[in-house]
Amino acid sequence: MTADIAAILAIDGIATGAVYALVAIGTVLIFTVTRVIFIPFGDIAAFTALTLAALDAKQLPGTVGLVVVLACMASAMEVTSLARAGELRAVPKAVLGYLVLPLIVVGIVWLTMRFNPPMPVRIVLALLLIMPVAPLLDRIVFRPIADASVLLLLTVSVALHFALVGLGLLFFGPEGVRTEPLTSMAIEIAGVHVSGQTVLILAAALVFSGLLFLFFDFTLIGKALRATALNRTGARLMGIRPARAGTIAYLLGSLMAGVSGILIAPVNTIFYDSGFLLGLKAFVGAIVGGLASYPGAALGAFGVGIIESFASFQSSTLKDVIVFSLLIPVLLWRSLASQHSEEEVEE
Amino acid sequence: MFRIENVSVAYGKVEAVRNVSLSVEQGQIVTVIGPNGAGKTTLLMAAIGLLKSTGRMMFQGTDLARIDVEGRVERGLCLVPEKRELFADMSVADNLLLGTYSLRDRSTTRKSLDDVFDRFPRLRERSKQAAGTLSGGERQMLALGRALMAKPKLLVLDEPSLGLAPLIVREIFRTIASLRSLGVSVLLVEQNARAALETADYGYVLETGEIIQSGPADTLIHDPKLIAAYLGGH
Amino acid sequence: MTLQQIRLIIAAAIACLIAAPFVLNPFSITLLNYIGIYSLAAIGLALLTGVGGIVSFGQAAFVGVAAYSTAWVTAVNGYSPWLGLVLAVVLTCSVAAILGFVTLRLGGHFLSLSTVAWGLAIAFLFGNIDGLGQHNGISGIPPISIGPFALVESRQIYFLIWAIVVAVLFVCYNLLDSRIGRAMRALRGGNTLVESLGISAFQIKLVTFVIAAFLGALSGWLYAHLGRFVSPGPFDASMGIEYLMMAMVGGSGSILGGVVGAAIVTLLKNSVQDYLPLIAKGASGQLEIVAFSALFILFLQRARQGIVPFLSGFLPELKQSRPQAASALPRREQPAPGTLLLKVSGAQRRFGGLVAVNNVSFEVRSGEILGLIGPNGAGKTTMFNLLTGALRANSGEIAFAGHSITRDQQFHIARAGISRTFQHVKLRPRMTLLDNVLLGTYSRTKTGLLAGALRLNQAEEASARYEALRQLERVGLGDKPFELAGNLPLGNQRVLEIARALAADPTLLVLDEPAAGLRRQEKLKLAELLRSLRADHLTILLVEHDMEFVMSLVDRIVVLDFGSKLCEGEPAAIRSDTRVQEAYLGGVA
Repeated sequence: MTADIAAILAIDGIATGAVYALVAIGTVLIFTVTRVIFIPFGDIAAFTALTLAALDAKQLPGTVGLVVVLACMASAMEVTSLARAGELRAVPKAVLGYLVLPLIVVGIVWLTMRFNPPMPVRIVLALLLIMPVAPLLDRIVFRPIADASVLLLLTVSVALHFALVGLGLLFFGPEGVRTEPLTSMAIEIAGVHVSGQTVLILAAALVFSGLLFLFFDFTLIGKALRATALNRTGARLMGIRPARAGTIAYLLGSLMAGVSGILIAPVNTIFYDSGFLLGLKAFVGAIVGGLASYPGAALGAFGVGIIESFASFQSSTLKDVIVFSLLIPVLLWRSLASQHSEEEVEE
Repeated sequence: MFRIENVSVAYGKVEAVRNVSLSVEQGQIVTVIGPNGAGKTTLLMAAIGLLKSTGRMMFQGTDLARIDVEGRVERGLCLVPEKRELFADMSVADNLLLGTYSLRDRSTTRKSLDDVFDRFPRLRERSKQAAGTLSGGERQMLALGRALMAKPKLLVLDEPSLGLAPLIVREIFRTIASLRSLGVSVLLVEQNARAALETADYGYVLETGEIIQSGPADTLIHDPKLIAAYLGGH
Repeated sequence: MTLQQIRLIIAAAIACLIAAPFVLNPFSITLLNYIGIYSLAAIGLALLTGVGGIVSFGQAAFVGVAAYSTAWVTAVNGYSPWLGLVLAVVLTCSVAAILGFVTLRLGGHFLSLSTVAWGLAIAFLFGNIDGLGQHNGISGIPPISIGPFALVESRQIYFLIWAIVVAVLFVCYNLLDSRIGRAMRALRGGNTLVESLGISAFQIKLVTFVIAAFLGALSGWLYAHLGRFVSPGPFDASMGIEYLMMAMVGGSGSILGGVVGAAIVTLLKNSVQDYLPLIAKGASGQLEIVAFSALFILFLQRARQGIVPFLSGFLPELKQSRPQAASALPRREQPAPGTLLLKVSGAQRRFGGLVAVNNVSFEVRSGEILGLIGPNGAGKTTMFNLLTGALRANSGEIAFAGHSITRDQQFHIARAGISRTFQHVKLRPRMTLLDNVLLGTYSRTKTGLLAGALRLNQAEEASARYEALRQLERVGLGDKPFELAGNLPLGNQRVLEIARALAADPTLLVLDEPAAGLRRQEKLKLAELLRSLRADHLTILLVEHDMEFVMSLVDRIVVLDFGSKLCEGEPAAIRSDTRVQEAYLGGVA
């Protein structure tokens, strides 16, 4: 391996790592606020890519169908539970939030598409369309068991992933897609050829991390999210409703997953089931951060990206095994480092 | 302004609080004292809504039955729990700011913050430090300050003197007494009967989940039955 | 319901099983074959997840290792399927042992995540190792032969499959009713509970893990020789979730539930394949997994308990017979009354900036009841945890019966003769009173895994059961030994915990706030019990905050305040000590 090749692999690894980092940070965000290890996160990223590709081809994305179905289910559930608790006054607001809002988003997308908007607008539309999915899934799947153990939530999360993959095939079909490149520029750094796409990926990762940091440190809602993650009871005593914090976390997380989907779509061919591997690799990064630290998750994700890059140079088939197997020593190291608290299951 | 009638609370299998009635009038400091395990914390958890209870709870004319924890906080019923529940990794200032989350009108946040710092100068010194690095007494001050930021109408305190050295206890209770001038009513649960009764207007004695004694604080403090309740022997 | 009736039911069920192939059509027989095979893996998972509390997504990988092992031995290398069985079992169990050794110290969700990791890695390897047929798999696997009979037809292998399933069911039931099985059932009560009984939680978890893999291996071996073909598909992550679903739908922790769950899931899959095309034309393939996962999620939301436990709530109770008198278990040599038993010297424990226990020293003498009291936050619980090994002291020494236990682990301290109870009662609510107390006898008995599973140890088991009954009678709970522990009121649950602690034949009994939450009557009964134990020459250390309870019961008192020892002495002196009064009633404000 020459220095040139190593440099290319490294840059490639960092770029991939940046994409993983966005997903990893989103995973940590969702876990700390809701205690759900959201395995379908990768699927959200993949779906965003598929959405953008459909928009590129001037077709109505399958995501529309998904959002409509989920919105109907979620609003039906919310209205039923409100009715059962006798809180009929809150029903209109619930219908607004769970049904009308997602439908408005769908409507905006449909309307705007008739005007053949340029690439940046299409990207915004794709992101807009994917954002309701995770919060709606949260309402349908996780909210009814919000107080369950992390383990049960994890099991449900895994089952949800499979459901989502199936739905993905249904709504998006089996073909793989690639979106148009975001830019065809290329630059040279120290004699190494770096594509504009790579620069864009790094820039986007930096910008989003920066924005997230600002959000958490300087807005009251951001602090409220952090607080919910640190101490649920304390947050409730401040009047912060865990369900609301969860929804915001899912929305933010979806945005990050969506962005990462858009960033890799021009580079890799994305299928309806590509999300799993993406999510898993980002997940290894998140575990390096102990599912608690953002810099740790980002660092871990970069590490995974680089290892994957060099591993694929050696053997492209075994690179995935290497990444899965990486999870175990990382878990071990993490469990040594973290406090072992007894979260007991029982009847 | 706060009244509970025939409230019972089950904590797991145990009926920790049985048929308790008490009330707090506007501007009053009312204390519930009793030995450890009497059910004092359970009672407060039910008052804020973290535990389910039977019986009636009225706050400023509203029945609290259908109102969740966050709703009660929004209405001005604020609890400083036994475990303080601070946000350990966040700064002192951030902890205080979060106290204003439940307020509709946040325009006076800057002034409230200054008021809290005036009341607890040590918090001003440590405003950028993480809450987890504070000493026991400072944590209690932070917890109190944070609750005050929410402009409560009724401040509910669970064992404010817990684990604190006598000097700090004195300071804390002086602060509690001064809340009267703010128009804040206080419901105060304490193991330290003397400190509580010297600050409060009215007191209730809770033993094994039931009120066994009540009366104006300065009468209660001299009652020999009190010593028996705490140290056994009856 | 008597044992005799149960035996009749089992015989009838077996008769039906034997008759089935002659009565049902070939398709149903094939279905039953697959149900049987899946049952084995599901039973293994029911043990691991339901009984042991370890959620594993990787059972499919173990099944796959076994299936590929036997395929390689028979189809690729031409040896007998029985040799294939040997390799399948040995390889799968070895892999499980290694994985278990490496990962079982992880906690809760981290452990489950690790099962996802190796489950994926192993499944991936099936499709990518040369010589295993890659994605085409290995075909031409020969059928199993018993002597001259080749089990080619469904009907033939049916008997082998179900004979194995029935045998496994029997062995597993025996196992769960034996010493090791009880330890497995204690796992869900948490590591602290398990270790306090002198059981190494890690060892038991590892044993459970390997057993689950073993059953998965049986399943994989039969699977390969039934379908005569293996490919990576049936051993991937989605199958892992299906096995989990079988174990959980059947009923967490129920062995029979593994069979029931396998049957339900298999039949469901079949009907989904039949009916889905009617609902969603053309989209059936994809929707199948969606429908399945959705059902699983719904199940997890609403009916977590599972079918068998739900149904068994409707069945009449099983009448069990009281344990008969048997030879006594070995007893510990107890020290003479008055000798120094426990010596705490300068114990200190910090949590960050907070000094919870500050240079505390005291002694406990054999045959006395010592009370450790203090106001809330005084450090009593921390001191208690230092004594039992749940926490390690930062400095200072703790010596028990002459040996230092300062740095000992919990289960060593338990085995050394200190038995404890818990402030928040740690019982197994769905086990009987007798079984709960039997847990206490673990360190006094020796029956191993195989002996327990095959019921070779009747003598020791009888002794242990009789000992457990004796302790129940001693504490006053002897009249209903087969009542479920969860049905007792709190006072009796506390007393049950004491019985369990006594079953370990301790030298020192350490009680953590035993009177907390009890009514007056219950407290009086408890005090009486403790006095009778002292009369039996048992030494008791009691942490309490209920003054009235303590004062009338103990011989001596040590008072803690702000982590330090305030004073010690006899009850009357302590009560009238002004420092103590101030500590409790509060200083002058």
